[in-house]
Amino acid sequence: MAAETASGTPAIRLNGLRKEFAGTPPVVAVHDVDLDVRAGEFFSMLGPSGSGKTTVLRMIAGFEEPTSGRIELAGEDVTGRQPYERDVNTVFQDYALFPHMSVAENVEYGLLVTKVGRAERRSRVAEALEQVRLGDHGSRRPSQLSGGQRQRVALARALVNRPTVLLLDEPLGALDLKLREQMQVELKGIQRDVGITFLFVTHDQEEALTLSDRIAVFDAGRIEQVGTAHEVYESPASAFVAGFVGTSNLLTGDAARAVIRRDGSFAIRPEKVAVMAVGSPADTGMMSADGTLEEVVYGGPVTRYVVALDAGGRLTALEQNAGTRPDVAALRRGERVALRWRADHVIDVPGPPAPERSPLGASPQQSPTTT
Amino acid sequence: MRPRRGLAILLGPPMLWLVVVYLGALAVIFATAFWTTDPFTNLVVRTFTLENFRELLTPTYLGIIGRTLLIAVLVTVLCMVVAIPFAFFMARVAPRRLRGLLLAAVLVPLWASYLVKAYAWRTMLQPDGVIDSTFGATPGFGLAAVVLTLTYLWLPYMVLPVYAAFERLPESHLEASADLGGRPWTTFRRVVLPALLPAVAAGSVFTFSLSLGDYIAVQIVGGKLQVLGTAVLQNITLDLPFAAALGTASVVIMVLYLLAVRRTGALDNL
Repeated sequence: MAAETASGTPAIRLNGLRKEFAGTPPVVAVHDVDLDVRAGEFFSMLGPSGSGKTTVLRMIAGFEEPTSGRIELAGEDVTGRQPYERDVNTVFQDYALFPHMSVAENVEYGLLVTKVGRAERRSRVAEALEQVRLGDHGSRRPSQLSGGQRQRVALARALVNRPTVLLLDEPLGALDLKLREQMQVELKGIQRDVGITFLFVTHDQEEALTLSDRIAVFDAGRIEQVGTAHEVYESPASAFVAGFVGTSNLLTGDAARAVIRRDGSFAIRPEKVAVMAVGSPADTGMMSADGTLEEVVYGGPVTRYVVALDAGGRLTALEQNAGTRPDVAALRRGERVALRWRADHVIDVPGPPAPERSPLGASPQQSPTTT
Repeated sequence: MRPRRGLAILLGPPMLWLVVVYLGALAVIFATAFWTTDPFTNLVVRTFTLENFRELLTPTYLGIIGRTLLIAVLVTVLCMVVAIPFAFFMARVAPRRLRGLLLAAVLVPLWASYLVKAYAWRTMLQPDGVIDSTFGATPGFGLAAVVLTLTYLWLPYMVLPVYAAFERLPESHLEASADLGGRPWTTFRRVVLPALLPAVAAGSVFTFSLSLGDYIAVQIVGGKLQVLGTAVLQNITLDLPFAAALGTASVVIMVLYLLAVRRTGALDNL
């Protein structure tokens, strides 16, 4: 479906979009971003906090004025327009529900202020509330709802206007894990039903991979890569993308030369690395490296092994616990192991590695030190 | 048992204060209003009579009550009209430094003596005063002068809660309204004003009740103007029961005002 609409006018086109915030020197939040979002697409902007993704979203909504550049919505230049003159609606991170209005009044607000007739208002509000499974909560106050329900009201309030593009600013950030996963499924279903273009901002790489048709990975105000979840994960365009989307298993310098036998920076996804006994034979097309187990992290369905390579550097291997038996002892720290992976699973990552960024770039479950 | 005793010790003194001193005084005023005085000795005679209240309903005193109400309403409305844009500017527009200065400008007059401020207005309002020489006219001493002076005196009590309400109002609510198609005036009317209502109600309780009870500023800038407060003052030595009846009238008005404010629902979210 996305392929068909791809030939048409993009829902959003950003052209050299730049945002500087006042200061000495001025802080450049967004560096001349170019981006096309196709009509009907579920598009995510993924990046760490401060990478400029939210600023881009706020410029599209009209809350921030770009320093330079152009914003087109469905082929129309809206760069200088006020938020109320743009055919986009936003789901805010804090939901921004009006506390003095009931749920139904909140949803009705956009229709009321744009002077939609009473009968149509009523039926569209009912329809929107039904869509988010809150049909019988219309008379409640936002304060009487749970976090997940408020989230759905915010979604209904934005969708009821049938905008060209729906902007979602980390809408699931305030929900706990279980609810977040449930809302991801619902969000995807609603997007499929209404067929509206969703532009989704998140710092959660897993969320972006799960939901999106395409993803733009942001770093330091620039887009590092645009692609499908598959492309971004399997062939990251830079060391940053390799590190931020998924766990970075980066080999550089001498270690890369010794293990990969080429110069450059290389990434191997942890789930593609197998842990074996030292000396076990390697098949053709496989690469191998010996090392010492530094860390064994048992995580239920999977176990993570961190191995210090003899050649220098460190690789993480992720193994399914499918074959694990309760009575068989697991590998322990300090044991010697051999790592094996297919040569064609080695990803060439262009550009210099950014080791100082890797703690920031690691996904949440990889960096338990962040508090 | 023990936590209960702790609670009793903690709450005992303030409750004692509230019941004995505060409510007790009110009860005494209320009871006194039904007594009368001996015409020769001016001493209070403790016999039940409705005469004081009957006198309250004569045209003279109804006029005084009406005038006092008018002043309180005008002062409250003027305070709202000045305080809402001012507080908006302070909380949402002014840069941080200016905000601090403005806040100080609102608060500092509260430290100055009430009398000094009232006499300052007297000086400004008198013929050939600052107002006369600047604008070529002065309202002189009377109702307008009282309203102006009281508005000035009670303005901080309106600015502060409204300012706090503007501060509390999340930016995202304004953005959400604009995002959904609300133009600035619509946003103000449908999102900002309802959020301010509790604060305006709280502020108005101050401005209204303080104006209702004032008798000093009225004497300083009011000329011959008679209000409830001055009437109480005149009767307090010669006819204490009637003064008490006048006091009861202002308490009743205030209770009615609070009930009316509560009906708007503005006090629910305070």
